[in-house]
Amino acid sequence: MREEPSAVAIGASAGAVEALLQILPALPAGYRLPVLVVVHVPRDRGNSLVSLFQTRCRLRVKEAEDKEETCPGTIYFAPSDYHLLVEADGSLSLSSDEPVHHSRPAIDVLFESAADAFGTGLVGIVLTGANQDGASGLKAVVEAGGMGIVQDPATALVPTMPRAALAACPAARQADLDGIISLLLELTAT
Amino acid sequence: MDAPVTGRDATEDIEIQLLLEAVYRRYHYDFRHYARASVKRRLLQARQQLGFASISGMQESILHDPAMLPRLLNYLTVQVSEMFRDPSYFRALREQVLPHLRTYPSLKVWVAGCSNGEELYSLAILFREEGLDQRTIFYATDINPEALKVAQAGVYPLDQVRNFTQNHQKSGARSSLSDYYRADYGRAAFDAGLRERVVFSDHSLVTDAVFAEMHLISCRNVLIYFDRDLQDRAIGLFRESLARKGFLGLGSKESLRFSRHADAFTDFIREEKIYRRNET
Repeated sequence: MREEPSAVAIGASAGAVEALLQILPALPAGYRLPVLVVVHVPRDRGNSLVSLFQTRCRLRVKEAEDKEETCPGTIYFAPSDYHLLVEADGSLSLSSDEPVHHSRPAIDVLFESAADAFGTGLVGIVLTGANQDGASGLKAVVEAGGMGIVQDPATALVPTMPRAALAACPAARQADLDGIISLLLELTAT
Repeated sequence: MDAPVTGRDATEDIEIQLLLEAVYRRYHYDFRHYARASVKRRLLQARQQLGFASISGMQESILHDPAMLPRLLNYLTVQVSEMFRDPSYFRALREQVLPHLRTYPSLKVWVAGCSNGEELYSLAILFREEGLDQRTIFYATDINPEALKVAQAGVYPLDQVRNFTQNHQKSGARSSLSDYYRADYGRAAFDAGLRERVVFSDHSLVTDAVFAEMHLISCRNVLIYFDRDLQDRAIGLFRESLARKGFLGLGSKESLRFSRHADAFTDFIREEKIYRRNET
């Protein structure tokens, strides 16, 4: 039996909002894990994601802030135009390093640093998207002993990103959005 | 929260710690209190691109070969920026800060962590457009000598200039950006007149002290690379460097909220992270 994880990291690109609107509102009040989310959004769109999800989720939803401690049951969105990273003590930091896969924030940057910080305690999830971001990040998650989950490409609005993640990381579990929700709930069930 | 469960590669973390210690003791560049996740990412990139088998291999090289230092500095310092990044910040300076600065007969402006100089030229153009350039001395400082050379040259790839121009227009421009550069061979060379009143200097927010009394300090997207203690040191330095009622501009995701120096400042334009030093 695996131990209860410490954090969930989710990466999504094209089709992200629809997919996340299924997953995140399904997490119940009192959910015990922090949830870190990178979505590729154009930089001038600002942080409209937070307000979009705030009204629909039972968990606290906020934009990740630099040097912030992660709290259980809180959903953190990476701010647009900044990378989101996790420090060794589990706190968050932001960077304006160059874009990765033409994206800032990039999923790889979050996943690789989170894999480093949380190791076996991390659950990494790659959802719909039209590029390769998240593939090497998910590989790092699994190599550090964490759990990799990929949205079943056949059910993804845009399958490119899940396909790339599966190619880089064949050990990852595949599931549709309902399956992903069930996994997220089981992980914290006592 | 509890200490995270880790499967991390502890050896690599030890190597990184030792490398940073080596760089500090050999060359007095202190990255030991930089936010570690990002440093690690960039060191791993350096290791791969410079062709070392391990971080320890890089340590040996940096200790024995001073020519490695500038190469490594180019990884450890961040040179990604653009002119008039976050145009609303420059608009706020133009419309709400400069009217206060106008009341002073002479001005000092510090661009701390100026890197390749994009922010410096943005401010120099802003001050010229608002007729304050002739009474202003700019200090542009960075720890990376290569970056300072680029800043001093003021030459940028032409393909970036389109973005710079759009940003400039959104900042409430009173002129055209093209008034300030000559385009040639795919590059834009900015007017030497813009740096007539600029002092370029090597200065570290980590290890150096106050050097002049400033009316405006702009230091954006530098503090996010520091840990909390180092952020506080830098903010303390800004506090001591600023004239009473002087202004401090930070990056859009940086704030003084958690700093022990927060009491010395007042929010001036909250949404642009522009602060004002209190009277006392």
